[in-house]
Amino acid sequence: MSSSIGLESLVDQTISVITNDGRNIVGVLKGFDQATNIILDESHERVYSTKEGVQQLVLGLYIIRGDNISVVGELDEELDSNLNLSELRAHPLKPVIH
Amino acid sequence: MLFFSYFKELVGKQVTVELKNDLAITGKLHSVDQYLNIKLENTRVVDEEKYPHMMSVRNCFIRGSVVRYVQLPPDGVDIEILHDATRREARGG
Repeated sequence: MSSSIGLESLVDQTISVITNDGRNIVGVLKGFDQATNIILDESHERVYSTKEGVQQLVLGLYIIRGDNISVVGELDEELDSNLNLSELRAHPLKPVIH
Repeated sequence: MLFFSYFKELVGKQVTVELKNDLAITGKLHSVDQYLNIKLENTRVVDEEKYPHMMSVRNCFIRGSVVRYVQLPPDGVDIEILHDATRREARGG
């Protein structure tokens, strides 16, 4: 049986996770398993709203259960530093409906 | 296993993955696993105005459980082969 494609290449890198309830959590990937459970260090949540810019909430060390994960993105530091989060307005992402 | 094998054939092709939260992501298919988790390279969100949440992401892993559709390139599917393979699998062989 072939193995899962895994997230080895992202360990110790900054990643952006989108959860099934529509949250966006950014942090450093410290560990994962075959169920996509994830350990994130130095994490923060980016809260999107249409009324004000993106708010960043400090979360610290976090474990996210794989069931609740939609997307794990590799955060490009250069692209990210060019974003002006305080001016960025958007609706929060919709929750996943199975 | 049929669709796992099928998606493996599509590696390297440009696909659009629509998620169950309505987000659609386009990119080059990098890999797939037995859960149909998908890795995309050089990704862009289809409606970046509405969904700026992934503007600084170019490579991503999408959990198979949240995929609604995978839009394929027109030449990405040989319907005859897929028909035969699905019938064979349905027969249990």
